Amino acid sequence: MKKFIKSVTGKTIEGILFLSSTVTTLAIVLIVFFLFREGLSLFKQSPVEEGFAIVLNHNNPVKEISSLQMKNIFDQNITNWKAIGGNNDSIMLFRIDDIGNYFTDEQLGDSLQYVGKCISSIVDSLPGIVAFIPDKYVDKDFTGKILPVEKVAVREFLSEKEWFPTAQPVAQLGVLPLILGTLWVSFGAILIALPLGLATAIYMAEIANHKIRNILKPVIELLAGIPSVVYGFFGLVIIVPNIQQLFNLPVGETGLAGSIILGIMALPTIITISEDALRTTPKAMKEASLALGANKWQTIHRVVIPWAGSGITAAAILGIGRAIGETMAVLMVTGNAAVIPHSILEPMRTIPATIAAELGEAPQGGLHFKALFALGCILFIITMIINITVEIVSSRKKYNAQ
Amino acid sequence: MNTKIKNTVLLIALTFFAFAFTQTTETLKIKGSDTVLPLSQKEAEVYMKKYPNTRITVTGGGSGVGIASFLDGTTDIAMASRKIKMSEKMKLQEAGKAYKEVVIANDALSAIVNPKNKVSQLTREQLEGIFTGKITNWKEVGGDDEKIVAYSRESSSGTYEFFKEHVMMNKNYGTAILMMPATGAMVQSVSQTKGAIGYIGFAYMDKNVKALKVSYDKGKNYVEPTVANAKNKTYPVVRPLQYYYLTKDEKKVKPFIDFILSEEGQKIVSEVGYITLK
Repeated sequence: MKKFIKSVTGKTIEGILFLSSTVTTLAIVLIVFFLFREGLSLFKQSPVEEGFAIVLNHNNPVKEISSLQMKNIFDQNITNWKAIGGNNDSIMLFRIDDIGNYFTDEQLGDSLQYVGKCISSIVDSLPGIVAFIPDKYVDKDFTGKILPVEKVAVREFLSEKEWFPTAQPVAQLGVLPLILGTLWVSFGAILIALPLGLATAIYMAEIANHKIRNILKPVIELLAGIPSVVYGFFGLVIIVPNIQQLFNLPVGETGLAGSIILGIMALPTIITISEDALRTTPKAMKEASLALGANKWQTIHRVVIPWAGSGITAAAILGIGRAIGETMAVLMVTGNAAVIPHSILEPMRTIPATIAAELGEAPQGGLHFKALFALGCILFIITMIINITVEIVSSRKKYNAQ
Repeated sequence: MNTKIKNTVLLIALTFFAFAFTQTTETLKIKGSDTVLPLSQKEAEVYMKKYPNTRITVTGGGSGVGIASFLDGTTDIAMASRKIKMSEKMKLQEAGKAYKEVVIANDALSAIVNPKNKVSQLTREQLEGIFTGKITNWKEVGGDDEKIVAYSRESSSGTYEFFKEHVMMNKNYGTAILMMPATGAMVQSVSQTKGAIGYIGFAYMDKNVKALKVSYDKGKNYVEPTVANAKNKTYPVVRPLQYYYLTKDEKKVKPFIDFILSEEGQKIVSEVGYITLK
């Protein structure tokens, strides 16, 4: 009887473990699937806000306007149709909110029923007009010319240099400055965190004496528990002014401040895991190496570190993942300017900070929302590439060592 | 032994149920603008002390966040420091949700610079040039030979939208503008960067930053942002702070809104640093 209960219990526990691993895998696959589905559906949409249309006078010969030209037109940088291949007319901007300047409330109708006709008459009367209006006012007998706006193209998305996802009438979706900003800040953080973390781990595992290690370890693990907003605030108040004074810059909010903060945040992860991995080297191996005549440093270099190879790789991957994905702290110290950086001492905007700052106000399912998910896909791919690189490098080392 | 445990569990469950039924609290959720946030928090505190049976939760995030969650139905009141956009109005209309707007206070939007900056007044055209990225050095507007470092809020902020509409005349911000996630961070950055310029709601003003006088008539008259100037309408950059709520929630939200519009509520408005309606 007891044997039966034991075997049933054993099988149930096996079942529960199997179920947990299935659920975890399923959750991960679903999240990735959801991310890519939303992100890739961006490329089926046009960058003009949904429900709106861009209309010209029907005599205007211009057939299409690129999104960058549209932005410059509405920013009043282009003021004559000549510049984009039309007649010599000055451009007149019209937004739906301007309708109050041309018609009184009675002419519009108390439930706005005459707005369509009013817009029609305005578009007819001004030859240089470009109007941005809701498309429900474009009825069958509308006499203006509706401008087709092409859908967001993958190549433009990845190579355009301006990120204004809420611009009207046409959203500017160019992620190149964001990708470059992320790469600059992340690589800076990895450069700071990896060597420093490994060195501290080796010190704690091999060289430090008992008392020092017993103080250092809880202190470092405490660092891992500090919320990232606190790091961000610390960076804003202390690191940013010091960078500004040290390098004589006009502004201290730079990629370097972001890298330093991210490096500090990734340190506890890297140190704890590497140190645990280094400590698993069996004493027998170390003593054998010393017995064969190697000194302490040769032992550490040739025996201990290779033995802990996979643990150090795991530490590096986790640390890098934390550095790349961190949002709050970076949001507060890098200045969030979406420009292409030429050095690390310039303000930058990273992808996680962009998503964190803008996702709250993006209406669900809208253009902005999908653009942010597409950014998330890009971030996912960047992290995956870096992780695979780390794995390849470490496995090659293992192969060489063998 | 078994009955004892069963009885204790039953008793605890019953107490919880009874507790839940005797509490007639309903939570009023307010979400949105960081500018209106300090005001809403103070009003909610005083209101909850007066009527202990009510619970009010106030969250920030920016006017855009508030209105978006208002559209999704996850908040009762959206607080906004900008008017609702046409596209948001259309979404509400399509979803068949009738809403109401109530102005609860006014705010004087102030342009701020570092106290060490010798420039103390600018015209609207100069402000527009600075924030669109066309004017890049302080010497072009009468200051020292230093690079202008312009700070703005993130695009979810009502202050961002209002500044864009009314001071920049709907032109887009320049790409080199630094975007700070919160007004507090902007005040911190402007106070520690010599060539900085930013914009904040009047309640966030403190002695670490200097407010600029603004002229809307190409330099003839420069007006300082003060409560008095905003009330007598000589300061041109004044915006209403409003609450949006669905008409069907009117009974739930009316007591709190009436409190804010009452004399006691308006007194709190001037204590927090905003401008009362009268």
